[in-house]
Amino acid sequence: MVQWLKERPYLSSLMLIGGVTLLCLGIHNLVGYRVVAFMLLVSVSILALFLDIRPVIMAALGSALIWDFLFIPPRFTFSIGSTEDGLLLLTYFIIALIHAVLTYKIRDVQKKVREKEAREGQVKFYNTLLNSLSHELRTPITTIIGAADNLLTLRQGLSEQDREELLHSIASASVRLNQQVENLLSMSRLESGVFQVRRDWVDIRELIHRCVQRLEPAINKYRQAIFIPDNMPLVKVDQGLVEQMIHNLISNVIQHTPEGTDVIVRADYADGNLTLTVSDTGKGFPEAEIGMVFEKFYRVKGSRPGGTGLGLSIVKGFVEAQQGRISLRNLPLSGAEFTIELPAEASYLNGIKNE
Amino acid sequence: MSKASILIIDDELQIRRLLTITLHGDFVVSEAATAKEGMLMAASHPPDLVLLDLGLPDENGHDVLRHLREWYNHPIIILSAQTSEEDIVKALDAGASDYLVKPFRTGELLARIRTALRKSTTADHGPVMTFGNLVIDFAARKVTKENVTVKLTATEYSLLALMARNEGRVLTHQHLLREVWGPSYVQESQYLRVFVAQLRKKIEADPNRPSLILTESGVGYRFSGT
Repeated sequence: MVQWLKERPYLSSLMLIGGVTLLCLGIHNLVGYRVVAFMLLVSVSILALFLDIRPVIMAALGSALIWDFLFIPPRFTFSIGSTEDGLLLLTYFIIALIHAVLTYKIRDVQKKVREKEAREGQVKFYNTLLNSLSHELRTPITTIIGAADNLLTLRQGLSEQDREELLHSIASASVRLNQQVENLLSMSRLESGVFQVRRDWVDIRELIHRCVQRLEPAINKYRQAIFIPDNMPLVKVDQGLVEQMIHNLISNVIQHTPEGTDVIVRADYADGNLTLTVSDTGKGFPEAEIGMVFEKFYRVKGSRPGGTGLGLSIVKGFVEAQQGRISLRNLPLSGAEFTIELPAEASYLNGIKNE
Repeated sequence: MSKASILIIDDELQIRRLLTITLHGDFVVSEAATAKEGMLMAASHPPDLVLLDLGLPDENGHDVLRHLREWYNHPIIILSAQTSEEDIVKALDAGASDYLVKPFRTGELLARIRTALRKSTTADHGPVMTFGNLVIDFAARKVTKENVTVKLTATEYSLLALMARNEGRVLTHQHLLREVWGPSYVQESQYLRVFVAQLRKKIEADPNRPSLILTESGVGYRFSGT
């Protein structure tokens, strides 16, 4: 309501001044026309609290004219009977104007303070971002530059084994660098505001198996289980987004749980919702931090280095872009479970007769 | 047989150098840094294959592709730093033979180039094609796996035959739907998903880890015979 009125400043000024004028027309015989001036002045001050300077000045001017025309004797003319009333009208207008200007200035200062605070918050956020990024990007870049330098300058001085090792470190650092860049690109895609969800029919079974395969050989050090009901329908979701969501969740398990534990991926469809869960049998998350793991650049205290702290927030962003929900809980015995629910159409087009 | 010639059109010097080093052993390589230069070079000495970067400074890569396709019939492989699937599908529909998203592996690049060149020299595969233990007899419309006949429906067979004939080449969802089901089915991607899943169950050693019908996420499918 307040917002609606704020967006229509001239209409709300007119309504308030008009209302007060009507009220005063009813009671001015009891209180006298000078009290009316104060009531109108209060209305203008109230408007000054909420509105921009121009509509308030209009209200000040308008209400002065109304007071003159309707209330100052002789009534229903703009002429003023006594010098006293003339001075009063002038004073009225000046006070109303000062109110309008002062209130506007105060609000302007407040606005600037708020903007400054927001800017400082942003600076702090970007500092965290830059710290995290410079570490995550510079580590692989340092490896690549250093290894390449060695290969270029030492040449024949290097043993075959050293050369091999340097080449492998360039290759693996490049892969790591590429992952970080992919994450950053996903994040900026999400935040750009031009992000589009492209839904199409997806075979979830195929997609999950492909995600798992893409994570080889790292995932082979874990016990994998995939549970998908036999009558799983095709679902209409954004294949690229769902693929990256599952990829990031499984990567997160690989990153943070010891080798030899389980990675379990489940998919199911019921009541218009696709449910995907990724769970592990690691040590779970500290209860106090569960609410924060989806925040950008948040890293669970004492977690292994590597990763930008973006993976889970990208998952959350992608889930929400598809009007879905994501939750995390620790499992009763050990490990944690991420659950994603996505509203999606389903198609039970299995075994079509095509002859 | 003389070496096949490849024209690289990419504005990044480092990428051109990398590609030249990768390719010059097996191919005759020429380079162009702009769309204009690339078009001129392609016109004066038509190469056997073009590697085209979509992000050129002087002209939109899609336009270059379209202009080239007006007269150039050999394979064009797209190199793109944009990962948008829409962009890739658009390029494939406009006549690109294949695509690689930067960063790509050089092994992958060489495989794509060989596939594209083989496609353009031998259009006709003959009546029988063999992929590991899978044999497709096009004359008899018969498929056997480990010498046992695989029972396929007519649609499954058409789909498999189309993909196998284009072995190594990516086929977009729209292309497959148009060719197998007909022009009015190009949006009915659920048919394709279901039939690919059915086909995999019948011909793949492990349908969950397909080695013949590979998914190109968001783009289409690629039949791999190796």
